[in-house]
Amino acid sequence: MFLAFLDELRAAGIPASLKEHLLLLEALDAQVTEPTPEAFYFLARATYVKDEGLLDRFDQVFAKVFQGITSNYGVAPAEIPEEWLRAIAEKYLTDEEKAQIEALGSWEKLMETLQQRLNEQHERHQGGSKWIGTGGTSPFGNGGYNPEGVRIGGEGKHQRAVKVWEARDYRNLDSTRELGTRNIKVALRRLRRFAREGAAEELDIDGTIAGTARQGWLDVKMRPERHNAVKLLLFLDVGGSMDPFVKLCEELFSAATSEFKNLEFFYFHNCLYEGVWKDNRRRFTERTRTADLLHKYGPDYKVIFVGDASMSPYEITQVGGSVEHLNDEPGATWLQRVTDTWPATVWLNVLPEAQWGTSHSVTMIRELMRDRMYPLTIAGIDAAMRELSRKR
Amino acid sequence: MRFEGTQSYVATADLKVAVNAAVTLRRPLLVKGEPGTGKTVLATEIAKAVNAPLIEWNVKSTTKAQQGLYEYDAVARLRDGQLGDPRVHDIANYIRKGKLWEAFTSPTLPVLLIDEIDKADIEFPNDLLQELDRMEFHVYETGETVRAAERPIVVITSNNEKELPDAFLRRCFFHYIKFPDRDTMQAIVDVHFPGIQKLLVSRAMDLFYEIREVPGLKKKPSTSELLDWLKLLLHEEMPLEVLQSRDPTKAIPPLHGALLKNEQDVMLFERLAFMARRQK
Repeated sequence: MFLAFLDELRAAGIPASLKEHLLLLEALDAQVTEPTPEAFYFLARATYVKDEGLLDRFDQVFAKVFQGITSNYGVAPAEIPEEWLRAIAEKYLTDEEKAQIEALGSWEKLMETLQQRLNEQHERHQGGSKWIGTGGTSPFGNGGYNPEGVRIGGEGKHQRAVKVWEARDYRNLDSTRELGTRNIKVALRRLRRFAREGAAEELDIDGTIAGTARQGWLDVKMRPERHNAVKLLLFLDVGGSMDPFVKLCEELFSAATSEFKNLEFFYFHNCLYEGVWKDNRRRFTERTRTADLLHKYGPDYKVIFVGDASMSPYEITQVGGSVEHLNDEPGATWLQRVTDTWPATVWLNVLPEAQWGTSHSVTMIRELMRDRMYPLTIAGIDAAMRELSRKR
Repeated sequence: MRFEGTQSYVATADLKVAVNAAVTLRRPLLVKGEPGTGKTVLATEIAKAVNAPLIEWNVKSTTKAQQGLYEYDAVARLRDGQLGDPRVHDIANYIRKGKLWEAFTSPTLPVLLIDEIDKADIEFPNDLLQELDRMEFHVYETGETVRAAERPIVVITSNNEKELPDAFLRRCFFHYIKFPDRDTMQAIVDVHFPGIQKLLVSRAMDLFYEIREVPGLKKKPSTSELLDWLKLLLHEEMPLEVLQSRDPTKAIPPLHGALLKNEQDVMLFERLAFMARRQK
């Protein structure tokens, strides 16, 4: 029963297992809910999904699997008569906009486009005239020229089950979205590795008892406290093409500084060369030699580069290719040295993964990083931290 | 035994399904959600609804799983041994029962709340796997096995500070309390302040959702803050006009201390007001 559903969930990356499936069947068997599609949806959701980041994906899978079965229960969007839509359009739209919507053709065409756009569209949208969202002039969406138009997620007349998951309320909790500091902190915590080092300040009760039993008199044993022993080097790309991402980098940076004690950070521009700096105002006067870093920080340091990796390919491969100064050695050599010195190195790219293919330099940097490039999203940071904390 | 929300707690349809599934099958219910959306209160309300005692286990960063089962006070026994206290001969005198033990042996069926499980060490949930799955554990010192006669109802809350292990999650039902929409919020306010002026609530909620929408807020006010704020408004007998005035130069809502918990957020509002004044 519902095995296809389980397969589909797993295919969508929701880690549901046989255990959950049996639990669901058990719950259905015990009749814990009323036999309505809506209650079944809630029950299945509570059973299979254990991470709010996956709720949206679950909704999509549920809609896909049970589409044919439950659609009778919902209010089929096609029930909104075309004339009605047109009448409202008359009322709210300028002639020019009307012509544009006319260009979309009949109702079927409209719905078809709607479907298509839903598939294309990934993020929340406001304004504009093409995408579905709020406040725009697109024929689809909500709160725009026609609040009663085609509301994605369902008109509230009947409130039947099919609409609940189609609303996809949990969209903005998806772990692939851009992030706030707290989320980054949670992702960075993956990297924590506790170790006891330093002065012995904590009473080791187990050790004391064992020691006392062995000696026959009270033998107090002390041990050092547990600390997060991960050491981190952070290289941040600044200026130029990175300016739009300043906020994102700030968030990552503030999360990282509060999370790690052993954190060193340096700035660079576009590509790593022989010098980096710690203060952007004095970037030309107070540089640190990259070679010094390579010698100073041991191979147990983990290294994170943050940048868009978008530049002219010459800046990576050529002597003198840097946009700011005359470099004696190409950036590729320096990056090579970094990955040789610190095996745990990753590059977090501020650009969305879909855009990576369009820039040649991204591919080059990615190769230099031995394919360890991740997008700067929760999921990306998570994957990067996993890679960094891998035992070598 | 069916949970339908209580007189003082508004439960959404999906929450009811999750709670009923967990209560019927006696699997732990894991609840997540924004702070202040009523995660902890839920356990109290379930206990009230099924008429069961509530056993609370508040987890801190130093809490160990073992403390929930029992603790063996070796130091006290050592001391008693040196003083020649006869109690020393029975090791059971030095075993202190934990919350789980209490829940397993409770004469009536209890609701066990494990609050903020993510505060503890990362291994904490793993250490409780067997205990929560089989509802039994072994006391090494005395050789006895504590077993629950009837599986207690377990509610676990998490603030997402740490990820919980898969094996642990597989054994739970999960519910994410999302921030209530206006209608639900209205119902919640009605439950807490019956007879509060309709207009006042409506104005206050407009203002409240507007504040939540302001971009860049460090901590968005949540349900519990709204309830506190309404309480204050009522107490101060704030005239309706104050809430009604849509003067952008006074962007700071009255008695904002109950809503904005962060000085940066208050500054943000002051800046917005300042900018509105300057534009005039």
